[in-house]
Amino acid sequence: MIVRIATEGQYELTESDAEALDELDNHAVGACEHGDEEQFNTTFKELIDFVREHGALVAEDRLEPSDVILPPPDVSFEEAKAEFSGEGLIPG
Amino acid sequence: MPGLSGRMSTVIKAKISKLLDRAEDPAETLEYSYQKQIELLQNVKKGIADVVTSKKRLQLQEQKLRDQVVKLDTQARQALAAGNEDLARTALERKNVAQTELQSLDSQIAQLEQQQEQMTASEQKLRAKIEQFRSRKEVIKAQYSAAEAQVKISEAATGVGEEMADVGLAMQRALDKTENMKARADAVQELEAAGTFEDLTQLGAGEDDIDRQLRQLSSSSEVESELAKMKAELGSGSSPSAGELGAGAPAGEPAQAEQAGPSQGQAP
Repeated sequence: MIVRIATEGQYELTESDAEALDELDNHAVGACEHGDEEQFNTTFKELIDFVREHGALVAEDRLEPSDVILPPPDVSFEEAKAEFSGEGLIPG
Repeated sequence: MPGLSGRMSTVIKAKISKLLDRAEDPAETLEYSYQKQIELLQNVKKGIADVVTSKKRLQLQEQKLRDQVVKLDTQARQALAAGNEDLARTALERKNVAQTELQSLDSQIAQLEQQQEQMTASEQKLRAKIEQFRSRKEVIKAQYSAAEAQVKISEAATGVGEEMADVGLAMQRALDKTENMKARADAVQELEAAGTFEDLTQLGAGEDDIDRQLRQLSSSSEVESELAKMKAELGSGSSPSAGELGAGAPAGEPAQAEQAGPSQGQAP
């Protein structure tokens, strides 16, 4: 599975890593829904670190769309909430 | 995958399909898409140039502030040696503010440096993808029927389109941050305009608005302790005769103090 960390690049992950990522993603979404900023920041950092550690960087000359796109590592809580509902990080 | 990640993918895919819908003929779609990629690459280059310009501006300001700190310190010493404690205090207050600004400038310059590196890396990545798209475009035009070409184009354009959206996002964020720093830099420039004192005699004229603001801004305890330290270094003590000498004695000149004081045992 190919995961892109927005503003950073694409990483290739195995299917079992994808499951672990899904779990972390659900936690991040939950934190967002509950308005728990601290929890979100912690979980989101874990999520990004997980992809960086377990994923292999996709070669620059490969033209493939990602299966999943994660928000930029420096995303603010406000932006994350907006992405989850409403206009999204990249409007229109 | 639901949630955060799903939302972003959807938005980007919608953007790409909008791009692909613009032209009816596959060859036209390819050329249009390629054109857009080249345009974005130019924009990225401009964006990097903007960041470099802002960085240079901040570096210039940093140098000016450094000079100002040195000058104000010297002026504080001169004022103190001349027995004008109020003047010395004002100079130290200004120095204090300038030093705080210096620290914040340092971290801003480091941030811009990092942004420049990131954008340069993005530019290289996008360039590689566009090159890949260009060669694939020729293959598609030469080898596929119209129906097949549509599918191939969509695949290639999605890959490069995602990179484009991503670089666009990275650039927007970098420029937003740079914009904020520019606003701050303008504020610092106002401080600079307040400047150091051109002439020490000017300072008798009472304090202006800027002085009052500076006094509020700067931590007075820091200023007081620095003032005390400076006094100790100058060895001026509270002896009134020291003030009369006035002639900007360099720090730690014991010979002068001995001559001035009438048989006063100076503490080491």
